[in-house]
Amino acid sequence: MEAFQQIIAEQAAERHRHHAKAQFFWVWGALLLMTAIEVYLTYQNLKPVRMLTILMGLSIVKAALIIGFFMHLKYEVSRMKWLTMSSLVICLVLMSIFFFPDAFRILYLGVK
Amino acid sequence: MAEATLPHGRPEVYEPSLFGTYSKKIGMWLFLLSDSLTFGALLYSYSYGRISIANWPTPFHSESIVNATIMTAFLLTSSLTMVLAVRAAVHGDAKAQRLWLLATMACGTGFVVLHAREWSHLIATGLTLPVFPAVPGHATTGEFADVAKSVPQFPATFFGLTGMHMLHVTLGVVYLGVVALRRNFIPILLLCWLGAWLGTPSYSPFHYGAHVLLIAAAVCSVILWLKPKVYDAADVEVAGLYWHFVDLVWMFIFPLVYLMSARII
Repeated sequence: MEAFQQIIAEQAAERHRHHAKAQFFWVWGALLLMTAIEVYLTYQNLKPVRMLTILMGLSIVKAALIIGFFMHLKYEVSRMKWLTMSSLVICLVLMSIFFFPDAFRILYLGVK
Repeated sequence: MAEATLPHGRPEVYEPSLFGTYSKKIGMWLFLLSDSLTFGALLYSYSYGRISIANWPTPFHSESIVNATIMTAFLLTSSLTMVLAVRAAVHGDAKAQRLWLLATMACGTGFVVLHAREWSHLIATGLTLPVFPAVPGHATTGEFADVAKSVPQFPATFFGLTGMHMLHVTLGVVYLGVVALRRNFIPILLLCWLGAWLGTPSYSPFHYGAHVLLIAAAVCSVILWLKPKVYDAADVEVAGLYWHFVDLVWMFIFPLVYLMSARII
């Protein structure tokens, strides 16, 4: 069975063999650029809600680049992509459903 | 994949993998999914406090933001070197693979050292937890001495979240060390433990935290003794998945914790 796993591993490695090195440098550059934008925005004294929206938007793009290119999920079979990402998103959405209404209710009531 | 044959030439019929890849990679993905929920819960607890507490402190001055930005650059660069290590492993270039893995470990170590410096600075200014030993002469007079008492949720969630991440990065460096150097890494790890333990003052949380390295050395020794092997491209790729994950989590901690609590004057 271990030999069979080895063959599958080699086939998966073969799929990754032709990735251009330049692509990884482009992704790295994009990640650094987005980090620089985030830091720049910190010094612009934006309103917190607007700031949070932009920062979370950039973080999600950065996460997608890391998962897609560095973690190679882009090159996996679609079944794997859908199962991993949909289960993660569903769990985080469930957390959000419980988190946000309560957090904003406390804010609305005012904390002494 | 169903047509794959075993090396001895006898065709075998195995059920093809549901996800078209090998089992240890699927195992690592499942672990990372469960771990992302741990970090999700910690990030939500921090955000809950951030939204619901009116006088939430903003202790991160420009110096802290610059420090955290350099830490982020270290992690992003380590992800690049890690992916280059995987590429070298796939191409069968063992020397390049080891060098890129060592570069990744160096970036990870740099991140942990800078993070430890940031923690020490915050603790010295009074932003501490009751479980941390008191810093002689600083605890009662520091800039944030009252914050730890008036908003205890801040140090609790901050140290909980960033401490958990720092632990992941430390264990990631150990993991990569084992993959890159195998048994040769154990004495290096023990030296790092001794250096961290003896090199930090007794009131520092890192004086006790250093024992993580001793425990890691013991666990790695058992693993390497039970199953000594030369790690192949698949093992390097699986280690890479873990490493990219700790980078990924930091992409949310950095803006939520540091940038949203910055004090820019």
